[in-house]
Amino acid sequence: MASVPRSFLLLSIIPTILILCADFACCNTGRKTGDGLDTDFSGFSVPLEHSFEVDDVSRFRMRGALQLRGGRETSVSLSQSQLSEEDRKTLKEVAAVDGLYKIRVPRVSLTDRQTERQMDGYLTAFVRACSLVESHLSDVITLHTDVSGYLIGVSIVTIPGACRGTEVEDEVDLEAFNTTLTIIAPTNAPQPETALFIERMDIEHEKRGKPQEQKSFFAKYWMYIVPLVLFLMMSGAQDQSGGGAANGGGR
Amino acid sequence: MSKPTSLFVIFFSLFIMSEAVFEDQVGKFDWRQQYVGKTLFAHFDSHSQSSNKLFLATDKNIFASFNSRTGDLLWRHVDKVGPEGTIDILVLHGQDALMVVGGGRLLRSWDTNMGGLNWEAVLDTGSFQAACFVAIQDTVKHVAVLKKAAISLHYLTNGHQKWVENLPDSDTVQYQAVYSGGEVEVYVLGVVPNSHLTIIAYSLEDGEIIKQVTWSVEAPWLSSVESSCVVIGQGVLMCVDPATLALYTLPIQAEEAPQFNQILLQSLDLEVSLGFQPVLVSSQPHPARSPISEFFLQLGPDHHVLLQLNADGYTIAYVTPFFFFFTSFLFPLQACDINLFSADSGRRLLDTTVIFPLDLNGGKPFKLYVHAFLKKDDSVDYRVLVQTQDHALTFIQQPGRVVWTREEALADVVTMEMVDLPLTGTQAELEGEFGKKADGLFPMVLKRLSSQVILLQAWLAHLWKLFYEARKPHGQVKNEVTIETLSRDEFNLQKMMVMVTASGKLFGIDSKSGSILWKHYLENVQPNAVFKLIVQRTTAHFPHPPQCTLLIKDKDTGLASLHVFNPIFGRKSHIAPPALPRPILQSLLLPVIDQDYAKVLLLVDDQYKVTAFPSTKNVLQQLQEMASSIFFYLIRSDQGNLSGFRLRKDLSTERIWEVVLPTEVQKIVAVNGKRPNEHVHSQGRVMGDRSVLYKYLNPNLLAVVTESTDAHPERAFVGVFLVDGVTGRIIHEAVQRKARGPVHFVHSENWVVYEYWNTKSRRNEFSVLELFEGTELYNSTVFSSLDRPHLPQVLQQTYIFPSPITTMEATLTEKGITSRHLLVGLPSGAILSLPKMFLDPRRPEVVTEHSREENLIPYAPEMPIRTEWFINYNQTVARVKGIYTAPSGLESTCLVVAYGLDIYQTRVYPSKQFDVLKDDYDYVLISSVLFALFFATMISKRLAQVKLLNRAWR
Repeated sequence: MASVPRSFLLLSIIPTILILCADFACCNTGRKTGDGLDTDFSGFSVPLEHSFEVDDVSRFRMRGALQLRGGRETSVSLSQSQLSEEDRKTLKEVAAVDGLYKIRVPRVSLTDRQTERQMDGYLTAFVRACSLVESHLSDVITLHTDVSGYLIGVSIVTIPGACRGTEVEDEVDLEAFNTTLTIIAPTNAPQPETALFIERMDIEHEKRGKPQEQKSFFAKYWMYIVPLVLFLMMSGAQDQSGGGAANGGGR
Repeated sequence: MSKPTSLFVIFFSLFIMSEAVFEDQVGKFDWRQQYVGKTLFAHFDSHSQSSNKLFLATDKNIFASFNSRTGDLLWRHVDKVGPEGTIDILVLHGQDALMVVGGGRLLRSWDTNMGGLNWEAVLDTGSFQAACFVAIQDTVKHVAVLKKAAISLHYLTNGHQKWVENLPDSDTVQYQAVYSGGEVEVYVLGVVPNSHLTIIAYSLEDGEIIKQVTWSVEAPWLSSVESSCVVIGQGVLMCVDPATLALYTLPIQAEEAPQFNQILLQSLDLEVSLGFQPVLVSSQPHPARSPISEFFLQLGPDHHVLLQLNADGYTIAYVTPFFFFFTSFLFPLQACDINLFSADSGRRLLDTTVIFPLDLNGGKPFKLYVHAFLKKDDSVDYRVLVQTQDHALTFIQQPGRVVWTREEALADVVTMEMVDLPLTGTQAELEGEFGKKADGLFPMVLKRLSSQVILLQAWLAHLWKLFYEARKPHGQVKNEVTIETLSRDEFNLQKMMVMVTASGKLFGIDSKSGSILWKHYLENVQPNAVFKLIVQRTTAHFPHPPQCTLLIKDKDTGLASLHVFNPIFGRKSHIAPPALPRPILQSLLLPVIDQDYAKVLLLVDDQYKVTAFPSTKNVLQQLQEMASSIFFYLIRSDQGNLSGFRLRKDLSTERIWEVVLPTEVQKIVAVNGKRPNEHVHSQGRVMGDRSVLYKYLNPNLLAVVTESTDAHPERAFVGVFLVDGVTGRIIHEAVQRKARGPVHFVHSENWVVYEYWNTKSRRNEFSVLELFEGTELYNSTVFSSLDRPHLPQVLQQTYIFPSPITTMEATLTEKGITSRHLLVGLPSGAILSLPKMFLDPRRPEVVTEHSREENLIPYAPEMPIRTEWFINYNQTVARVKGIYTAPSGLESTCLVVAYGLDIYQTRVYPSKQFDVLKDDYDYVLISSVLFALFFATMISKRLAQVKLLNRAWR
C-alpha cells in the first residue's frame, strides 16, 4: 500500500510542474512581481499543497506556488496548475463520500528572510470536497499574518459554500481553479477617542455657553427692579417687612 | 374620567423599579460567607480565663480572630497575595500577637483584643529563620528575630530595634533556631550539615557575644536543627538521629566545651516504625521560664511516647508535661480519641478522653491545637481545635461535643456549577406519567385522575401548613433546609451550588441559604491538579438521578481521573468511570445523549485517541454515525499551536487544520468559547431606519487572546484573534498596541469584551468587539461553520475604565430576552454590574436622529462607575477570583455567585423585574379598587335599571 501513493505522488507532480511552466492562471492583489528595486523585499515563492483522498489520510502534493512579497505593502500572487484527469476523478470520488479537501502552506516570514527556512511545520486548512466541486473550483484562500509578518494561518472557503448534491460536468468545470487570494494583516484596535470627545465637548460648550452667560439676573429684570427700588425710596420710612413683601410680589 | 387615570397610575407603577437594593432588602436574596484559608498557626487567647478568642494565621496571608464558642469571624486582616504577605510566624504573648511577614520583611504587633495594629517595624533584609520572645526576670520585654545572617532584638512595646548583630560565618553555618530561657543570654543554634553544631550566646543588653561561648560541637549525624532538635528542661538540646536511632542531649548553657551524650532508643526499649523519621515535640509554656522537661517522641504514624528528662540531664524516664495531648487512631478510621496525660505522673487523666467521630467525607486529622485550663473545682478541662487534611477546622469541647466546624477549603474555590434541584415527589409523579409508554385509554385516564388527586391533596396540605404557620409569631417560622426537604421552587430560584476547591473537597451548597448540604473529600488529589466540572445529566430526566463528572488532571503529568457523582446528594455514582492510562489533552461534552439521557463526554489523550464516557453500545453507535460532524480543537500555548481535529468512525482522529502563532512574537494567554447554555433571543438589531443588522452568531467561535513577548511599553501589544473552532478560519485579527495584560475578557453572543492595561497612558481600558453579518443573513435557518463564506463585519470601540479589575463575567438568563450586563469584580471587593449598553461599538460620536431612535448612548471615552451599580453594597468579596452566573426560571433574574476568599450569592435583574411584582406591591389597594369598581358597576347597573323602569312608567 505504501508504494502505491508514492508513485501516484510522482505521477501527479510531473504533469503539475510541466503545466506550471506553461500556465499562469492566477490572481493577484497589490503590486506585480518584477519591480526588483529592493532585493530584501523581492518576492519569494512557497509551495501551496493540497490533499484529497478517499480514505482521508493526508497525502499532500503540489497545487501551485505562492509568490509572496513582504515589505511595507505585502502582496501575494498564486500560480497554479490545472487538475489532471486523475485528480478530477479522485476529487469527485472524495466529494461523493463527503471527504475533505485540505491545503497547506509552510510557515514563513514575509519580512525576515533569514528565519524563513528555519521554521518548520505547515499551516493547514480544509474545505469540504463536495462544496469545492459544486462551486466549480472557485475558492477564496486567505493568508493571515501577525504583526511581525509571520504567516500564522491560512483559510479556504468556496463560494457558494453549500453542498446541495448537484451534478458537475468534470471536463468543463473542474479543470482550472478560480482562486481569489488575499493576505490579511491584523488590524489595529482603536484607542479611546479622547481628543475628539474633548473637541466636541468644547464646541458644545461654546454653543451653549455664550448666550446663557450674557444676561445676568439684574440685566434681565432691571425694568422691574429699578421702578421697585425707586418706589421704595419714594415711599420713604416704611417698615421693613412691608418693603420685603412688596419686593417679593414684584418678582 | 378619573377612573382611567387612576388605573393608568397603578399600571405604570409596576414598571418603576429601583435599581439598587433597599435597606430592608439587605440579606433577603443574598448571603456572604467569609473564610480565611488553611491554618498555619493557631493560638488560643490564654490571656484571660474567660476569653473565647482564637487567633489564626493562614496560608492566604490572613491574620484572623474567631469566637471560639460559635466559630464566627470576629475580625480579619487580609494582607497582600503572594510571598510579600506570607506569614512566617505568629507568636502570642499576653495581649500582643507578634507576626513576621513577607519572608522576614516586617515585624508586626497586633492588639488581640480589638485586632488593631500596635506597631510595625521594617526588618533588615535576609530570609527569616526563627523568632522567639525574650524575657528578663519573668517579664517578657523583647522579641528576638533570627535571620539568615543576623539576629536582632526588638522592644515589645514599640518595635524599636534594641540591637542587631551579624552572625559569624553565616555563609557556611545555617542558623536555624533561637532560644531564650529567661536568663540574660539569647542562644542561637546553627548547623553545618553533617559536620558540626554551632551555639552562640548573645548578651541581652548590648548584643555582645558573651563569655566566648561560641563553640562548635562535632555532630556528623546532624543535618538540620529545625527538624530534628528541640530544647527541653533547663536548656538541654535534645536531638534525634533517625539513622542510628538514638537521642542526643547537650546542655547549651554549659561553661566548658560540651559534648553530645548519646542515648540509644534501644536502651529505652523503644522501636521506630519502619521507614519513619522520629519526631520530637516539646513545650515551653511561658517564655520567661525554661521549657518543661517532658517531651513527646513520635515513633510511627500512630505511635507516640511521652518521655521525661531526668534532673541530671542525661537520662530519660517515661512521663508527661502538666497538660498535654496524645492522639491515637482507632481502626477502621471512624473515630478519633484524644487523651490528656499528667506531666507529673505520666498517667492518663481520668475523664479526659474525648472521642469524636470523623466525618467520612472529610480528611484525616492533621494537627491539634489544645487549650487546657483548670476549672473552678481544680479539675482539668480542655478544648481542642482539630485541623483536618481538607483544611476544615473543628472545635471540640469535653465530652466530645463538636461545637462548630469551619470549612476553610471554601476559601479556595476553583470551579463551580449550579444544578437545578429535583422536583417534589408529587411533581415527579406527574412527570413520570408522561415518561411512561401509554398502555390503553382507560388506565391512562385512571392514572391521570389519581395523580391529580395526589396533587390536590398536596395543595390542600400546603394550604393547611400556610394557615397553621400564619398563626405563629413571625420569628418562629424557620425553613430548615435539609437534603431531604430539597425541592425546586416555583421559579427555580433555589439551586444546588456544586463547588470544587483546590484541596480536592467538593461541596454542595444551597443557593438560597448558603448552608452546606453535602461535602465530599477526594483524597490523593495533587496540589497542582486542574479541575473541570461537567454536568452530564441535569435533574430534568426524572427517574434518572442527575450526574456530574469532575475531571481531575495532574498539571505536570497530564494524567487524569474522573469522579462521577450525584450533585444533589454528593454521593459517588456507581457508574464506573473509564480508566485513563494516557495524559488527557482535551475534554468535550457532546450534545449526544445515551439511552439514560446522559450527555456523552469525549476525552482526547496525547495520542489523539478518543475515549467516550459513558461508552455503551448505543453511544458508540451514535458516535460512529455522527463522527464526520464531530470536530474539536486543541491548543498548545507553549508552542503557540492551535489545531483542529475531526473524529473518525473508529474513534481515532485526523488533524484537519492548524494555526501557529510564533512564540517568539506572542504567547497565547487565554482561549474562550461561548457558554453552551447561552440563548440569544434576538437574531439582529433593529436600526434607526428600521432595517435589521443581523448578528454573527457562530457557536463555534473561539476568542484567543495573546500577549507580546516583548515587554517594552512602546512595543508591547495584546492580540485578539477570533477563530472558528471547526474550520480554523481566522475570522478577525486585531492588535491592541501599547497594551499589556493581565487581560480579562468575556465572549458571548456576537461580542467579545476585553480589558487590558494601556502602557502608554497608564490606565485600564475596556474594548468591545461586535460581529455582524450585515443587513442580510447568509442562511437564516441554520448556522454551519463549513458554509459561511463571507467574513462578518467587525465593529470595535474602546473606553477608559477608571479601575483595575480582577475578574469579569456576563449575566445569563433563561431565554436571553433580558438585556445583558457585565459583572466586573474589582480589587476592592465590589462587584460592578455594568450594562452592556455602555459597551456598544455602535455608540455614535455625533448624535443623529437614527441613533436616538435606536437608544444608543453617545460615545464618551470614559466608562462611568456608579455606586448604585455595585450589586454587593457593603458585602465586599475579598480577593474575588471568579464570578459564576446561572439563569433562573424567571427571565428577568440571573443568579450570581462571586467567589474568592469569600463567597457571595445574589440575584441580579439586568432589565429590572419586569415579570415579578414588587415586594411592597400594594395588594390591598389594587384589590380594593377592583372590588370598589365591581360594586360600583353593580350599583350603577341597578340604578340604571330603576331609572329605565321609572322612565318606562312615565
